[in-house]
Amino acid sequence: MDAGKDAAKDAAQSKPEAAKGGAEAAHRPAPNAPQFTRDEDLHAYREMLLIRRFEEKAGQLYGMGLIGGFCHLYIGQEAVVIGMQMASIEGDQVITGYRDHGHMLATGMESRGVMAELTGRRGGYSRGKGGSMHMFSREKQFFGGHGIVGAQVSLGTGLAFADAYRENGKVSLTYMGDGAANQGQVYESFNMAALWKLPVVYVIENNRYAMGTSVARASAQTDFSKRGLSFGIPGEQVDGMDVRTVREAATRAIEHARSGQGPYILEMQTYRYRGHSMSDPAKYRSKDEVSKMRDEHDPIEMVRKRLIELHGVDESELKATDAKVREIVNDAAEFATNDPEPDPSELWTDILLEASA
Amino acid sequence: MATDILMPALSPTMEEGKLSKWLKKEGDTVKSGDVLAEIETDKATMEVEAIDEGVLAKILIAEGTENVAVNTPIAIIAGEGEDVAAAAASGGKGKPNGAAQGGQPAPTPDMQAEGQADKPAPAAKTGDDAQRAPAAPATITNKAKEPVMEEFPAGTEMVTMTVREALRDAMAEEMRRDGDVFIMGEEVAEYQGAYKVTQNLLQEFGARRVVDTPITEHGFAGIGVGAALAGLKPIVEFMTFNFAMQAIDQIINSAAKTLYMSGGQLGCPIVFRGPNGAAARVAAQHSHDYSAWYSNVPGLKVIAPYTASDAKGLLKAAIRDPNPVIFLENEILYGQSFPVPKLDDFVLPIGKARIHRQGSDVTIVSFAIGMTYALKAAQALAEQGIEAEVIDLRTIRPMDTDTVVESVKKTGRCITVEEGFPQSGVGAEIVARLMVDAFDYLDAPVIRITGKDVPMPYAANLEKLALPSVAEVVEAAKSVCYK
Repeated sequence: MDAGKDAAKDAAQSKPEAAKGGAEAAHRPAPNAPQFTRDEDLHAYREMLLIRRFEEKAGQLYGMGLIGGFCHLYIGQEAVVIGMQMASIEGDQVITGYRDHGHMLATGMESRGVMAELTGRRGGYSRGKGGSMHMFSREKQFFGGHGIVGAQVSLGTGLAFADAYRENGKVSLTYMGDGAANQGQVYESFNMAALWKLPVVYVIENNRYAMGTSVARASAQTDFSKRGLSFGIPGEQVDGMDVRTVREAATRAIEHARSGQGPYILEMQTYRYRGHSMSDPAKYRSKDEVSKMRDEHDPIEMVRKRLIELHGVDESELKATDAKVREIVNDAAEFATNDPEPDPSELWTDILLEASA
Repeated sequence: MATDILMPALSPTMEEGKLSKWLKKEGDTVKSGDVLAEIETDKATMEVEAIDEGVLAKILIAEGTENVAVNTPIAIIAGEGEDVAAAAASGGKGKPNGAAQGGQPAPTPDMQAEGQADKPAPAAKTGDDAQRAPAAPATITNKAKEPVMEEFPAGTEMVTMTVREALRDAMAEEMRRDGDVFIMGEEVAEYQGAYKVTQNLLQEFGARRVVDTPITEHGFAGIGVGAALAGLKPIVEFMTFNFAMQAIDQIINSAAKTLYMSGGQLGCPIVFRGPNGAAARVAAQHSHDYSAWYSNVPGLKVIAPYTASDAKGLLKAAIRDPNPVIFLENEILYGQSFPVPKLDDFVLPIGKARIHRQGSDVTIVSFAIGMTYALKAAQALAEQGIEAEVIDLRTIRPMDTDTVVESVKKTGRCITVEEGFPQSGVGAEIVARLMVDAFDYLDAPVIRITGKDVPMPYAANLEKLALPSVAEVVEAAKSVCYK
């Protein structure tokens, strides 16, 4: 409780400009941003690029009619999940909403399996039965992929409940968007997580639009880091476009949760370049707004620039990485296009598990 | 005028209780609000407060007396200026005083079927008995002729216990057996259960495994599902299933569908349990039977037991089942006693109906509290020469159609009994299945006896009318037999 208060206060004090909520303020490169080593920047670059290229390919396949239904792309938000993953350890659980492809790749799920699920093929992670919004990997401790806005917050709190019950030292990284952050069950979960000191980090990915509704039009309190204050949950606003600030805040938050001090909220100020889903032309914002973010705050470009200017990485080395990532994504698309659809008998499987005893 | 203090009811379903302690003695002056005595049932303890002023003239029921029926005079208060000795001598015939909070006498439904409640219910007194549904036989002594399906070895010792105790024992046994099993819900721990179903679990298993939650069904149902996805085996108690409406998204969209959506990777071994359907006099928002709702959803199993034995064996099975199970209990049945086999590990198969009573003339299919109407009707019918076969579904999903169809092949007639609403109800499902699977065997249309197609009213007479009645079941059975 006291620790929570202090951390929240610290956060508010250390980022006064961010607290004002202006995107400009939040996305101004932090003057004393933590530095990454060359290897860390290279890692972040490759991981974020994989998500970017994967999502671009998914958009392309959607346009070709190979992916159906809803398809929500993560382009622009890559630094959030990669920075979070860089601060987590193996066995920490990840759960999120429907904009989930990036989280899957970040937890180490195979591009082929994710893409084949998008195309509804038997080689997909859910054998073609889940689709874009519903994919899981027990092996990678990725618990979905949930299509009901906000539901994953209670579920992620339940994952943390299991961690606490088992005293296994693991932390649940529970993601939601700025839209989900207004759902009632989020606050029910905050209350219980704080009450029982559950090891959960709530990551609110504030990309400024809940579908077509801007944060200001939907939220009485637009500083999402404050959303847990009445439960004594510390929170921070974080520049979610800079993978370094993300990892730094994530390290603090995860340590807080893992050490038994209870939940922590990170508001990641980020931006999605594409529409809410593939069918959204995003008329609710100006082209200038989007291009300004892309040109000045792109999470991948910032790392690329750093790698060249700060770490002296040769342009050709990066081009090799680019090519390698493209190769992975093309292979995934190839697989997802040619993999057969599920056998019709799959209609009737996985409804119930056989009782063992 | 002397005033009788009557034994109060703590709840609409309470029939009797223990007078545990007198806090005033004869001769004491009492004023409104004074605590006179403490009473308790297996569910709760309550103080009896004086409403009128006067002198406690006589204590009629000594402290420590058990099984004091609701509305029994327990003391006499002499009014101001009244002769105390004379009042005491009035012998409990003074003007009755509702006495305490919760003083509404329990309008006890005629629920004493084969599962004997602790004692016959006092007849409810309302102004217009004629309007009430025809009274059922006061007690049913008829035990099904022969046990039709033995689910435990012959000669097994039987112990009599309430449904409430059977449920508690089932949970305790499974919690001893498997450290991943825990229970969470409102008032399950410190309070010992809103309906005392979780009595003593906190004492035995501690706060880590018996978890009191805030009143936030949506949130804690989701937390339970999340814990189950992580491999724990939660029992989530809803104080009643009416409140599970707040949580139904997590039950349906998260618990029931995740296995399928994950291509078989993520099972959800969770039990959602609690009282379902009408209790007594709690009106529309607290009286909804959700059997049909949950039974509509692939990915769920739905159990609704009637007897204590089934409650125990099926709850144990539900806790062990690797799938989400909706376990629908009934408040009125909690206090009823049945024989339960004394076995170390009594587990029943989910998805098997039981022929509760054999008969050859008409099949009556029911479940949960619906069985009380079905069994009483069967006895009444027997007196009129019609032998009904009564099938207790026990599990609503997956539904044991085979047992029903086999019975209908024999009887050629079928009626269904449930307290839920008629449209798209469990009875409607049975009718649809019989149309396909037993069409050639039917000698009459299948008739559904259900709760009426209205929100549950509060008034005692209207509530009675809204529920099914034994008379309706009898009438329907006779009509399909063309008698």
